[in-house]
Amino acid sequence: MTKFILPLILFVVLAVFLAFGLTRDPREIPSPLINKPAPAFVLPQLADPSKSFSSKEMRGKVWLLNGWASWCVACRDEHPVLLELSRMGVVPVYGLDYKDERRAGLAWLEEFGDPYALSISDTDGRVAIDYGIYGVPETFVIDREGVVRYKHTGPITVEALQKKILPLVRELQK
Amino acid sequence: MRRALLLPAMLLLLLPIAARADEAKPLADDPVLEKRVMALSETLRCLVCQNESLAGSHADLAVDLRQQIREQMKAGKSDEEIIAFMTDRYGDFVLFLPPVKSTTYLLWFGPFLLLAASVAVALLYLKRRRARAGDDPLSEAERKRVETLLGDS
Repeated sequence: MTKFILPLILFVVLAVFLAFGLTRDPREIPSPLINKPAPAFVLPQLADPSKSFSSKEMRGKVWLLNGWASWCVACRDEHPVLLELSRMGVVPVYGLDYKDERRAGLAWLEEFGDPYALSISDTDGRVAIDYGIYGVPETFVIDREGVVRYKHTGPITVEALQKKILPLVRELQK
Repeated sequence: MRRALLLPAMLLLLLPIAARADEAKPLADDPVLEKRVMALSETLRCLVCQNESLAGSHADLAVDLRQQIREQMKAGKSDEEIIAFMTDRYGDFVLFLPPVKSTTYLLWFGPFLLLAASVAVALLYLKRRRARAGDDPLSEAERKRVETLLGDS
């Protein structure tokens, strides 16, 4: 009988590890930017490319930076959540239009609604690389000091908004 | 009539080959630099298709990141500086060869620990078995039987 105890224990340990592995999403890569200063950038505004927007303007405010694109299908899933968030008016969301054509981006906002305080064009995707974005949508929560406090990979769900992002934003706004 | 259709049809079959032909991107003007770019991007993971290297991937981001590497090499950056650029943005996950540090000790040394443990267990087992075998010599009757069985026939 005792002969089986050790293999059984080994099996259970292995099974627990494998089961835990199944619950993790391999596409979610931890960002090294958390608790580091958000990379500074100056980019043309989507609505009016003659005007630029600098991330420094956001000093003293808690804000979200949301990477999106008109060609991004998952962004459509996320869009209603962002619209709801902008309706709540709790925190400004800035849109980083990633590797998009300006006209397509504007048409997309026209069609689905514009939840952004402002959108900026990252046409060659360089700012996105600075932020370690590897697919849109991705969202960063940035605090008053300009430090990245949280990153959400993939579409923001209602659950993620209620349980993680909004509580964090309220905490940071205190 | 049929034969007239045959040639265009056969040419159509060649189309997929022609379509693939444009995948080979023209090399940069400097083949030495391009070799360095490829060698380095071989060691970096494509974030989009995670089991591919940056060198092998056709993902948009991989193309952009290779371009970044190319530009930084042109600007005289060392491989280490470029790797630091990547890990600052994407974390150690971009490296196919993870660095040795406290969080990766288990990853690096775990296999050797397992090996040492299994060698120890095997040695212990063999030692015990040998001791048991020594404890139990053949009796006189058994020895005789062995001799008759193996003995000169």
